[in-house]
Amino acid sequence: MSTPTNTENGGAPLKTTPLHSAHIAAGARMVPFAGYDMPVQYPEGVLKEHLWTREHAGLFDVSHMGQARLRGVAPLSAFEEVVPGDFINLKPGKQKYSVLLNRKGGIVDDLMAGRPDDDGLFVVVNGACKDNDFKVIDDELAGQVTIERLEDRALLALQGPEAAAVFQAHAPEAASMVFMDVRPIRAFGQDLIVSRSGYTGEDGYEISIPAAAAVEVWNTLLSDPRVKPIGLGARDSLRLEAGLPLYGHDLDETVSPVEGDLAFAINKNRREQRDFPGASRIVEELAQGPARVRVALKVLEGAPAREGAEISDEAGAIIGVVTSGGFSPSLKQGIALGFVPPAHAPVGSKLKVIVRGKPQSAEVVKAPFVPHRYVRKV
Amino acid sequence: MRFTKDHEWVEVDGDVATVGITNYAAEQLGDVVFVETPAVGKTLKAGDGFAVVESVKAASDVYAPISGEVVEANGALADAPETVNAAPEAAGWFAKIKVANPAELDALMDRHAYETYLQTL
Repeated sequence: MSTPTNTENGGAPLKTTPLHSAHIAAGARMVPFAGYDMPVQYPEGVLKEHLWTREHAGLFDVSHMGQARLRGVAPLSAFEEVVPGDFINLKPGKQKYSVLLNRKGGIVDDLMAGRPDDDGLFVVVNGACKDNDFKVIDDELAGQVTIERLEDRALLALQGPEAAAVFQAHAPEAASMVFMDVRPIRAFGQDLIVSRSGYTGEDGYEISIPAAAAVEVWNTLLSDPRVKPIGLGARDSLRLEAGLPLYGHDLDETVSPVEGDLAFAINKNRREQRDFPGASRIVEELAQGPARVRVALKVLEGAPAREGAEISDEAGAIIGVVTSGGFSPSLKQGIALGFVPPAHAPVGSKLKVIVRGKPQSAEVVKAPFVPHRYVRKV
Repeated sequence: MRFTKDHEWVEVDGDVATVGITNYAAEQLGDVVFVETPAVGKTLKAGDGFAVVESVKAASDVYAPISGEVVEANGALADAPETVNAAPEAAGWFAKIKVANPAELDALMDRHAYETYLQTL
C-alpha cells in the first residue's frame, strides 16, 4: 500500500507549538504542517473527531497561525491599503474576515482582523503564510504601522454546539458575544483575546493565550467531558463541509477574491473608491464576471474527488479543477471545492469529476455543505 | 499468510490467493471511507497498483503482492468500507487472484519476518 506522504516542509527542522508535548502525550499522530510538527489526528481518528465536533465540542491547537498587533497613528485606514474590506468603520469589539491582496488583485493570504480594544488591530493569519504576510504588510505600510508579532501567545479553537457552554463556565462574559465579536477577557488567571468565530461552521471561540499558560488552559478545557482534542485532519474535513476555502489550495496569489467567491469581503464603499491593490481587475470582475469562479460540488457517485482532479462538462470537455475535496463524514459522500467558468457555476449545474481517469457525476450545490451554526444574537 | 513491505497480505488456497492490507496498514490509514476493487478478469503483475483505499484524509494505492488474474473482488466493501478497519486480515480482503507464478510467494515475508520488519519502521 502506498503511504500518503507529506513533504511540504522539504526537510527543514520543524517548529513546535507550546502544546507539542501535550499532543504527544495524548497519542497524537504528528505531521509537518506550515513548518510545525502538528497533530493530524488523535487515537480516535479523523472520522470520530469530526463527528464529535459537530455534536459536542472539539478543541484545536492552532498556535501555528500568525498573531500580531498592527499599531500606528491610523492603523485602520492604513490597513485598507492592503485589503478590500471596510476597516475604517470597523466597530470596537468586532472582527472581519478579509484578504491580503497583491498588486494584481491576487490573494496573498486570507485573515481575520479585529479591534478587541484600543490597541490597534489584532490580526490572525495562516501559519504557512505568516512570514510573507507580515513582510508584505511591513513593506506596503512602512511608516504607517508597526507590526508586533505575538510569538509568545498560543491560539486555541473550541468549536461545536457545546463549545459555548464549556467556555462560558470559565469566562462568563463571553456569553454576551455574538459571531465575529472579539474581546479581551480575563479567565483561567490569564489575559485572553477571545473571538466568537472559527473554521468549522460551528459556534465556538478562538482563544489567544500566553504561551506559558497554554498547557494548563488546554488541559482544563479537556477535563470537561464534552470536549475532545481534534487534529488537523478533522479541521480540514470540518472546514470543507462548512464550504470555507483553504489558503494554498483553494486560494493563491493568482486567485482574486471575486474568483474565490469572496466578493462579500469587498465592501461597497471600497468598490466605489477602487483604492485597494488590484482594484481595476477586481472591480471589472465584479461588473463583467470573472473567467473562473470557486464552486461547491457534491460528488454523486464513486470515489471522493480530491485536489487536482479535473472537472469536465457533461460532454467530457475539461473546464476546471478540484482545489480541495474529500469524504464528508456528516453527509457520507464526496464533496469538493473547485474552479469552473461562471457558465457552469449556477447551483444545480451537472458536471463530471475525473477520478483516476474515470468521469463521475457531480453537481454544483450551494455552500456550505453543512449549515453554519453561528450565533448571531444572544 | 505472507506479507509485503508495502503491508499487503496474501493467503493461498490451492491456486487462488486472497489479498488484502494488514492490520498495521489499516491502523495507519484510519477510518476507511471508500474502496475501489479491481475488475474480475484483470491480469496483474506483482507490484501493480490494483486497488485504492481511501480514508477521510487521503487515497492510497494497494499493490498486487503477486502476479495473476483477478478471479473475484470483495464487492461487500462498496457498501461497507469500514470492514477494512474492522477485519483487515479477514472479511476486509480486497480480491482473489489466480496465482501465475508460485515462486513469487517465496519472496514474501512470513508473519514473524513481517512483525520484525514492522519494528524497524
